[in-house]
Amino acid sequence: MNALSRPLASLGRAAVQSVAGIGYAGMLLLESLYFAALGWRVGQPLRLRQVLEQMRQIGVDALPIVTLLALTIGVMLGIQFIAALREFGAQSQVVVAVAKSVTREFGALITAILVAGRSGSALAARIGSMSVSQEVDALATMGIEPVRYLAAPALIAMLVMLPVLTVFADTVAILGAALYASPALNVTPAAYLLQTLSLLVPGDLWQGIAKAFVFAVLITLIGVSTGFSVSGGAEGVGRATTRAVVLSICYIIVADMVFSFFLNR
Amino acid sequence: MNTRVQQDATGAGQPSALGPQPLIEVEKLEAWYGRRRILNGIDFRVDAGEIRVIMGGSGSGKSTLLRHLLGLQKPRSGTVRLLGVDLGRASEREMLALRRQIGVSFQGGALLTSLSVGDNVALPLREHTDLDENTIRIMSRLKLEVVNLGGFQDLMPSQLSGGMIKRAALARAIVMDPKLLFFDEPSAGLDPVVSAELDELILRLRDALRMTIVVVTHELESAFKIADTITVLDQGDILMTGTVDAVRRADHERIQDLLNRRPREIAVDADAYLRRLTEEQAA
Ligand SMILES: Nc1ncnc2c1ncn2[C@@H]1O[C@H](COP(=O)(O)OP(=O)(O)OP(=O)(O)O)[C@@H](O)[C@H]1O
Ligand SMILES: [Mg+2]
Repeated sequence: MNALSRPLASLGRAAVQSVAGIGYAGMLLLESLYFAALGWRVGQPLRLRQVLEQMRQIGVDALPIVTLLALTIGVMLGIQFIAALREFGAQSQVVVAVAKSVTREFGALITAILVAGRSGSALAARIGSMSVSQEVDALATMGIEPVRYLAAPALIAMLVMLPVLTVFADTVAILGAALYASPALNVTPAAYLLQTLSLLVPGDLWQGIAKAFVFAVLITLIGVSTGFSVSGGAEGVGRATTRAVVLSICYIIVADMVFSFFLNR
Repeated sequence: MNTRVQQDATGAGQPSALGPQPLIEVEKLEAWYGRRRILNGIDFRVDAGEIRVIMGGSGSGKSTLLRHLLGLQKPRSGTVRLLGVDLGRASEREMLALRRQIGVSFQGGALLTSLSVGDNVALPLREHTDLDENTIRIMSRLKLEVVNLGGFQDLMPSQLSGGMIKRAALARAIVMDPKLLFFDEPSAGLDPVVSAELDELILRLRDALRMTIVVVTHELESAFKIADTITVLDQGDILMTGTVDAVRRADHERIQDLLNRRPREIAVDADAYLRRLTEEQAA
């Protein structure tokens, strides 16, 4: 009996905890949006300077690594699609395969995973160490809402930068594929790119961008909420950081799958 | 630029018909962590202009009490009223107005590590006033001078010593000229000379700036030096509140134990311990 009830009990506890966690994250989201939109009316304005600083850290600083990865993914897709489509003598379809899979899927996914690793973890670490050293309490007692000061700027910056980075990654990845595939197809890279442009419809891009918005919310909420719930000193901060990254990536991939399923039926 | 400081919306500080209003009024405050009661329904009040020291052994509930006074934790039952505002019932707007009149210096300083010392001190002014940048800079520099840190505004918190961090935190706590100042463990982790300096500083704040100050500490020496009145907390109960002399003379056994640094007799209830262990196993 015990052997059966104990795993059940811990499963139940985990379920309760994750529901509580989702409830907490939902509240964080509402509060952040509230402060961003109406904070100025209650003396808690969102500071543009903080948003810009976050945008720099999340977006601009990520450009080199996003470029590198997107280029690599583009070349990789070029290789795979040429190899696969050659068997059917359908090499010329590489252009459309790369264009659609990058804009609908890989651009957003790769960017989100990267940003989760860079900025989601940074958020969790920063807010976590601030909780541990009572800086969050200090903000609250100074009449500065921690959610407004710490979470809202990150959320807004993420909502702006992740879609931008995604479009950027789309472009770079297609460029990478063009560089690799155009010799194999006996076309110039310019012709390859022109053909890509003529094949893509706005819906393809929007699919990636819509995903990027969802991923932005996921990354921020997970980073911020694990940060705020840190207890147990420096070790706790380390654990929270790891947890934020792992959780974000899991949620991103699952959300991506769900999204793709419903958008491509 | 106009230099309007947001209006005090709490109505506190106005003389009431019933004589001076207590700045802090706590009634039947109970605090729990899970199934453990930490504060057993305590009552106390702090009047304007005094330095109140809350004293007690480790684990007596001092920090828990402080968190409730600051509104960082909600009481299980009972009320906390600061400057006439009931923390349990205050709207967000009232809480904000209240917090502008309260300064807190946390045990570890709690300076924001991403901001310079000067920006830390200026933060409340930047967030809560319409003052222009120049005025803000001058005001925060003045407050840094009050705590003998003039000229250190450009350093980062990580470049300060423990005593300097405490003083910078104090400067930030008083930058809005609060009516009420809370100070958690001013002398913890400091050498005697530095901690004596901080004591002097606290006395000066009361005399020069007419602040009401609540200090939480377990340092007897510093408590006796700065306190107007002392509240002795033990295991979630208030044993007594009185002047320094009254506390010194009190013929309460636990108080004398505390004063003479005699450890509490450690009584282990083996049965209860076993029961707890088995309960935790079952849980
Ligand atoms: N977050 C918490 N969760 C559970 N129990 C807690 C928590 N914080 C404090 N306690 C318990 O509450 C009791 C009172 O703790 P508190 O921190 O208020 O004591 P204190 O008087 O400040 O002691 P010290 O002088 O050591 O700081 C302690 O027994 C402690 O174990
Ligand atoms: Mg304590």
